[in-house]
Amino acid sequence: MSESRARLLVAEDNKVSRLLLTRSLELQGYHVQSAENGQIALQMLSKEEFDLLLLDINMPVMGGFEVLEQLVKAGSLRNLPVIVTSALEDMTGVVRCIELGADDYIYKPVNPVLLKARVNSSLEKKRLRDQQRDLVRRFATAEVAQDMEKSGFALGGKRVNATVMFSDIRDFTSMCETQTPEETIELLNDYYMLMFDCINEQGGVVNSMIGDGLMAVFGAPLALLDSALCASCSALEMIETMEAFNVERALAGKAPILIGIGIATGEMIAGYTGTNTRATYTCLGNTVNLAARLEAHTKLAGYAILIEGETCAALRERLAVKALGPLVFKGKNAAVEVFALTGAGSILKRAK
Amino acid sequence: MSHNTIELATFRELQVNTGVEFVADLVDTFLQETPAILSDLRDASATQNVVRVRRAAHSLKSNGLAFGANALADLARSIEVGDPPFDTDLIDALEVEFARVAMALKELSHV
Repeated sequence: MSESRARLLVAEDNKVSRLLLTRSLELQGYHVQSAENGQIALQMLSKEEFDLLLLDINMPVMGGFEVLEQLVKAGSLRNLPVIVTSALEDMTGVVRCIELGADDYIYKPVNPVLLKARVNSSLEKKRLRDQQRDLVRRFATAEVAQDMEKSGFALGGKRVNATVMFSDIRDFTSMCETQTPEETIELLNDYYMLMFDCINEQGGVVNSMIGDGLMAVFGAPLALLDSALCASCSALEMIETMEAFNVERALAGKAPILIGIGIATGEMIAGYTGTNTRATYTCLGNTVNLAARLEAHTKLAGYAILIEGETCAALRERLAVKALGPLVFKGKNAAVEVFALTGAGSILKRAK
Repeated sequence: MSHNTIELATFRELQVNTGVEFVADLVDTFLQETPAILSDLRDASATQNVVRVRRAAHSLKSNGLAFGANALADLARSIEVGDPPFDTDLIDALEVEFARVAMALKELSHV
């Protein structure tokens, strides 16, 4: 849309108004088409792509409000900004339309300066929304991206029951010292690509990447059946993938990459945190802390994947585990039962 | 007289903003469309159809304002907000005013 002219549709039954509006917008550099009633407008919208709709509320055959209702039902409003035009006396009509999802309004007779400002503003908003959507798609699975779009990226959280996973590259910092910065970044990107695949395949969503640390959630923002099993299978795949990766590295004369993974299941608070200008999807709570501690403990424990009691119970012995006994983490009172996920019984690895 | 029926400043601004030729065509469209709207207005008023009357009056008001035909727009508005909006005297006055507006616009747009 940024290179070519934006495509506008004007829906207006009054011929003089329609011609005048179309002309004003064309002079501003837009590509404009027009419809003389709501039904024709909907037909045109279904056949071609438009970047903005100027919709007269008061039209015969099908009025502006009915058009909006149809657009809402078709889910089109998310990608089509609508500016309703109306008489000043009909403020209730305008309010109804805004509540239904129209972007903006302009009173008739339409002031050309105001029209230009409103159209530009709506088109810019759309451009930013499109950009945002593309960015989200890059960091989340398609389902999550859709959920985020639907919830309108609203800040705020909710309590969910889910499984969280932390993953880290062992001795990463010292590894950085023995290779060039380019090699480090290339390594990280390879690692992420491989890990993302394993996680996404099992329905998980990567929350954050800090250096070589990765955090993924299974079961939020979208609920996931058997989240503990999904996360565990994902972890086993991640280890297996790294093993294959290391074979390649050995052939190239490079040191192997070892990772540690911690998994915990339980209640957590999940939501979009930050400000209106900068936010991330995150999870907090004891469950999350526990998963992070478990991951940190993998080196000492001598096992790549550590899980806690609730995750273990949820597995219902479909994957092999080894009980390592209770552990008291610094700063916590109660001991936590820790298990190593060893993964025999691998027929269930491809559970999804 | 032209400057009573049509506010010159508005009309000239329209020509400047959208082009003299375009306005000439728009005037033609207006002169073609309005008789039908007036007739619709009369019918609707006779059959006491509030929605149709208001829509027709609203269209006339909008179009009048676009060209600077303020007297016409005012009459249309009076009908639109009338409760009920079925004043035949006003409709008569509207038709008379339209005749004046038509003449003035023809003069102005073909200068």
